[in-house]
Amino acid sequence: MSEVAKKEIRVQPICSGTVIDHITAGQALNVLKILGITGTSWGIVSILINAPSSYGKKDVVKIEGRELVSSEVDKISLISPGATINIIRDYDVREKNQVGIPSHVEGVVKCINPNCISNSNEPIESKFDVDAGEGKIELRCGYCERVICENIADHLL
Amino acid sequence: MSFEHMHIISMKEFTRDMIDHVLEVAEEMEPIARSKSSSDLLKGKVLGVLFFEPSTRTRMSFEAAMMRLGGEVLSLGSVDASSVAKGETLADTIRVVAGYSNAIVLRHPMEGAARLASEFSAVPILNAGDGAGHHPTQTFLDLYTIKRESHLEGLKVALAGDLKYGRTVHSLCYALSLYGAEITLVSPPELSMPSEIIEDLKKKNIKVTEESSIEDAIQDVEVLYMTRIQKERFPDPAEYQKVANHLQITPEVLKNAKKNLRIMHPLPRTNEITPQVDETPYASYFDQSFYGVPIRMALLCLVMGVFE
Repeated sequence: MSEVAKKEIRVQPICSGTVIDHITAGQALNVLKILGITGTSWGIVSILINAPSSYGKKDVVKIEGRELVSSEVDKISLISPGATINIIRDYDVREKNQVGIPSHVEGVVKCINPNCISNSNEPIESKFDVDAGEGKIELRCGYCERVICENIADHLL
Repeated sequence: MSFEHMHIISMKEFTRDMIDHVLEVAEEMEPIARSKSSSDLLKGKVLGVLFFEPSTRTRMSFEAAMMRLGGEVLSLGSVDASSVAKGETLADTIRVVAGYSNAIVLRHPMEGAARLASEFSAVPILNAGDGAGHHPTQTFLDLYTIKRESHLEGLKVALAGDLKYGRTVHSLCYALSLYGAEITLVSPPELSMPSEIIEDLKKKNIKVTEESSIEDAIQDVEVLYMTRIQKERFPDPAEYQKVANHLQITPEVLKNAKKNLRIMHPLPRTNEITPQVDETPYASYFDQSFYGVPIRMALLCLVMGVFE
């Protein structure tokens, strides 16, 4: 093991907010995208990418001063079904939950079919039914029925 | 069983009982469609006809169905001469036309258009084709043709031609699977049936076999459903010609066919069925285009609630 890997990675604990742990390695920036956190967002956001964990590598996102609502959490499950959500108050973990895979999502993903009506200038949001059978997530467009089963993060709105 | 206010978007929304009911109502409508009796079942009703793409049979048979039942037809006419040309969204067009009519028949070049229309319409939407998506009234008329000219239960059917892009054959396969069909597929390798559809059929215990020649396929089948192979699918015109000739139906090809074979085609055809076949007892494709009228009469009556 190299010297770099041996060093412990330290990120300051947060006083209150949300820690999203066990994010699939490499998906942290997509988690921020889902949550609408950009470079101009207010508040402290800490990101760990490829942090060592007991199961290999993981990403972690800590958001100061914001408790996620369930609909935001569910969207994260599309790209990281193993993520856990920790709600922090006064430096204590008050709630710890695994993300739940929603059966339906709206306005989260763009349909891969360029000829789908949801990709035109109509006053609608994209919508997908989510199938999480056999450990693999598939999204079926509610308009054209095209299925997205790979690289879902590439199609996030 | 009530179909009132129901949108007709895709065959997947229909159970076998529902399909059977539509076919039964169509049978009652057939004498009216043949002008043997008259009806004013849809008198005072207006059908909004929105075709954003060209069509002959679908559009005219919907209009004929409405007129045969005493109803009126209100057409968008040319897209270029409508507000669509000014950039109006489909959602707005639908809301406006829904205010003028009792049902809307819609053909649109984009997949999912009919589903979107159903979300904005106060009246039933009948999907007359949405891009490469669904065309359920075509499937209904195909099933009705098979019922009238052959039989639906346990049908031995061959589907030939472009099985990859042909939306008609995909939803027909699904519908026939409800009746326990045995399906033979005949197509050039580049236009073969998508494997996920074959897998789906097999999961439903449907016997599916693939043949390379029409002659081999038709010896044992009761219906041959032919589709058009489009030239633009082939980068090389010579390759297209080779495939087109290989899958052409001629009286010679039909030498070993069963006597009760019926040949269907959604039309328009190009060269895949020679005109000489029209004179044989096998040809059912012009009957098929006629059956579009009673089946659309049935669907219009059902969704407008004048028939249960």
